[in-house]
Amino acid sequence: MSEIVKVSIDGIPVEVAPGTTILNAARQIGGDVVPPAMCYYSKLEGSGGKCRTCLVKVSKGSEKDPRPMPKLVASCRTTVMDGMEVQNITSPEVIEARKGIVEMLLINHPLDCPVCDQAGECSLQDLAYEHGAAKTRYEFERRKFERVDIGDKIQLHMTRCILCYRCVFVADQITDHRIHGILNRGDHSEISTYIHQAVDNDFSGNVIDVCPVGALTDKTFRFKNRVWFTKPVEAHRDCDKCCGKVTLWYKGEDVLRVTGRKDAYGEVEEFICNTCRFEQKKTADWVIEGPRNVSNDSVISSNHYGSLNLPPVVKKNLALQESNKEQLERFTRL
Amino acid sequence: MGRKLLLEHINVPNINTFDVYRSKGGYAAVEKALKTLSPEDIVEEVKKSGLRGRGGAGFPTGMKWSFLAKPEGKPRYLVCNADESEPGTFKDRFLMTKIPHLLIEGMIIGSFALGAKTSYIYVRGEMMPQIRILEKAIAEARNAGFLGKNILGTGYDLELYVQPGGGAYICGEETALIESLEGKRGNPRIKPPFPAIAGLWGCPTVVNNVESIAAVVPIIRDGGEEYAKIGVGRSTGTKLISASGNLVKPGIYEIELGVPVEEFIYSDEYCGGIANGKRLKAVVAGGSSVPILPANLINKTINQEARLMTYESLSDGGFATGSMMGSGGFIAFDEDQCIVRNTWNFARFYHHESCGQCSPCREGTGWMEKVLHRLEYGHGKLSDIDLLVDVSRKIEGNTICPLGDAAAWPVASAIRHFRDEFEWHVTEPKFCLQRNYGLAHYADPLPKPEPVAV
Ligand SMILES: Cc1cc2nc3c(=O)[nH]c(=O)nc-3n(C[C@H](O)[C@H](O)[C@H](O)COP(=O)(O)O)c2cc1C
Ligand code: SF4
Ligand code: SF4
Ligand code: FES
Repeated sequence: MSEIVKVSIDGIPVEVAPGTTILNAARQIGGDVVPPAMCYYSKLEGSGGKCRTCLVKVSKGSEKDPRPMPKLVASCRTTVMDGMEVQNITSPEVIEARKGIVEMLLINHPLDCPVCDQAGECSLQDLAYEHGAAKTRYEFERRKFERVDIGDKIQLHMTRCILCYRCVFVADQITDHRIHGILNRGDHSEISTYIHQAVDNDFSGNVIDVCPVGALTDKTFRFKNRVWFTKPVEAHRDCDKCCGKVTLWYKGEDVLRVTGRKDAYGEVEEFICNTCRFEQKKTADWVIEGPRNVSNDSVISSNHYGSLNLPPVVKKNLALQESNKEQLERFTRL
Repeated sequence: MGRKLLLEHINVPNINTFDVYRSKGGYAAVEKALKTLSPEDIVEEVKKSGLRGRGGAGFPTGMKWSFLAKPEGKPRYLVCNADESEPGTFKDRFLMTKIPHLLIEGMIIGSFALGAKTSYIYVRGEMMPQIRILEKAIAEARNAGFLGKNILGTGYDLELYVQPGGGAYICGEETALIESLEGKRGNPRIKPPFPAIAGLWGCPTVVNNVESIAAVVPIIRDGGEEYAKIGVGRSTGTKLISASGNLVKPGIYEIELGVPVEEFIYSDEYCGGIANGKRLKAVVAGGSSVPILPANLINKTINQEARLMTYESLSDGGFATGSMMGSGGFIAFDEDQCIVRNTWNFARFYHHESCGQCSPCREGTGWMEKVLHRLEYGHGKLSDIDLLVDVSRKIEGNTICPLGDAAAWPVASAIRHFRDEFEWHVTEPKFCLQRNYGLAHYADPLPKPEPVAV
């Protein structure tokens, strides 16, 4: 096999290493041709294939076998072949199927965004905004679960879960022994700890970061604020357990929450430990690197850098003053 | 009288014991295979026989065996799928109860042909009696030297285990079965890799249905060519059909593939017609997963040809006017049966059995069930019918395993062929609780198809 595989996605050619999935090839191109991924998580082995939002059409299998694939395939779990041609947003069939999947994900979802801590950084919200219908066709009672605390720092709100299995993979692969998984089957499946045992492990907090929706939330941040009123700032500290590289979320001068650093696809760059996440909530605990880049179309960006009033933390911190120079000048001029 | 290959001696008293089975020529095929044939010869015979998987998909068994990867230093496994849970299908249970040694004999031959030294029979959890029967039969076969070390002095070793499942329909899907066999939650795996490359414990594995494995015995005993003489075209050999519903004589029949459907329903040799002098309304020909057909499409195809009990003929007409052989669960509905109710019942089953891994199946099966429930009880709307078709389309083909399709097809086909009855449930909500829609025009002769303009 050659070292490079040539594929085209929505007509855009890209060269990738053999064994790359269609999804990752699309991410190399970037932009609109990247299929949405609700369950795949590149850092979690075995993830993907479940939510089906990343379905694409393979209109040409490969140079050797040009036949199209008979069904839509999950791009996160299908590897590219040399000469493969993939259609994502150029295929009406894919768009239609994806709309169907989004509808399915939403029929049992409580749609309680106004009271959900994840709102504003929720993959399901983004997905529904982009692909969903304005009205539901579902006229039955939605599935409900009781909220449970798993440990004193994490809350599980199963009603919002989309069963992406990411947190199960985290528990399996990142923490030293897994004590939570999926109980029952079908639409009454639920994420559960083994008889409500507390999840107590140095890395358990990462389940919050991988959860694409508001099913697993940080109790230390619960109801403190809306994410779009908080200002993300990159920071690091010397940590003997993890890389110590985090995003701090400020409101005024207070650090309301600490998370891993998420990339454009909502994946953390590196997993962080619970000490960094839950215990270090003073600016003095951290070395501030600078403000976090937030994409323009995220609601998170709507409330800060554009606004004239700079967050107080910027005025006190040299690194932040440096990177917010322009705004600061404007601010002081006024 | 059609030829019987599997059930030939089924009525012999105590055929479930080793001695009686042996006295009727049992285990002769094992002797022949181990002493005179090479594994490749056996695979070749099975290929020649044209045997197609009896578990539902109808994939040629010989081909499946020849695809098995044979990497150095890795064990290979043969797993028998005895999870039979499809509504309407109950042939494997019968075979295991009555003539367990046939399955064990087939397992020995199959394992030898595939080079498996450990093989498993994965039995559905509810079939506790069958599990005991199989375990007893295995012990008997072992005592007689047909299992264990150095079988018949040929140097071939085989351990055969019976593994009870938890009673989930989804564990009949081959990769879910493998997960379950490994002691995990029975979620279907995402393919590729296929079991032939990485199955049980990551090793090359073949999963076959009980009946497929049992059919290997007559194939090896009489030769593949002999077996292939029975049947029509690519549907060779005999097939067990479990007939149920409103028939005079429901039960398990071994048919030669190619028997006309009409003969199967009405002749005294088989089901003996519709019970209580009623008329036939509809048939589900291959277990709950396959499309349902109205009476006027089951005996004859759309082109007015007699429909035969073969893989090809049953699917003649595609999804528009055909169905499938499936696993051979033949369910007949008479004029008093309500198709809406039956469709709801099937939908309820799939909703209950979905593993919940992928969103379209997890959410869509429940949605369909709820809408069908509403229709059945006279609270539906006309738009519900199109909604059901749409939901079924969004599930079909978009899921990890075929359970999604299996849930979508019965709903889509019932609406395709019995739309009037669904509409009646909406327009006459009172009547639909008191009586059934009846036969209506579902058995009327079909109009002659328009000649195709050339
Ligand atoms: C949801 C589901 C349930 C199934 N249940 C069974 C079953 O109970 N028994 C069986 O033999 N095959 C079952 N199958 C088919 C198996 O996946 C597999 O195709 C079969 O065991 C292969 O054997 P064969 O080639 O001998 O037919 C099922 C498939 C699906 C998708
Ligand atoms: S709790 Fe969150 S991460 Fe876990 S399966 Fe549900 S949606 Fe996925
Ligand atoms: S189609 Fe249904 S049963 Fe199959 S993997 Fe998906 S959720 Fe599970
Ligand atoms: S991201 Fe591919 S199926 Fe979920």
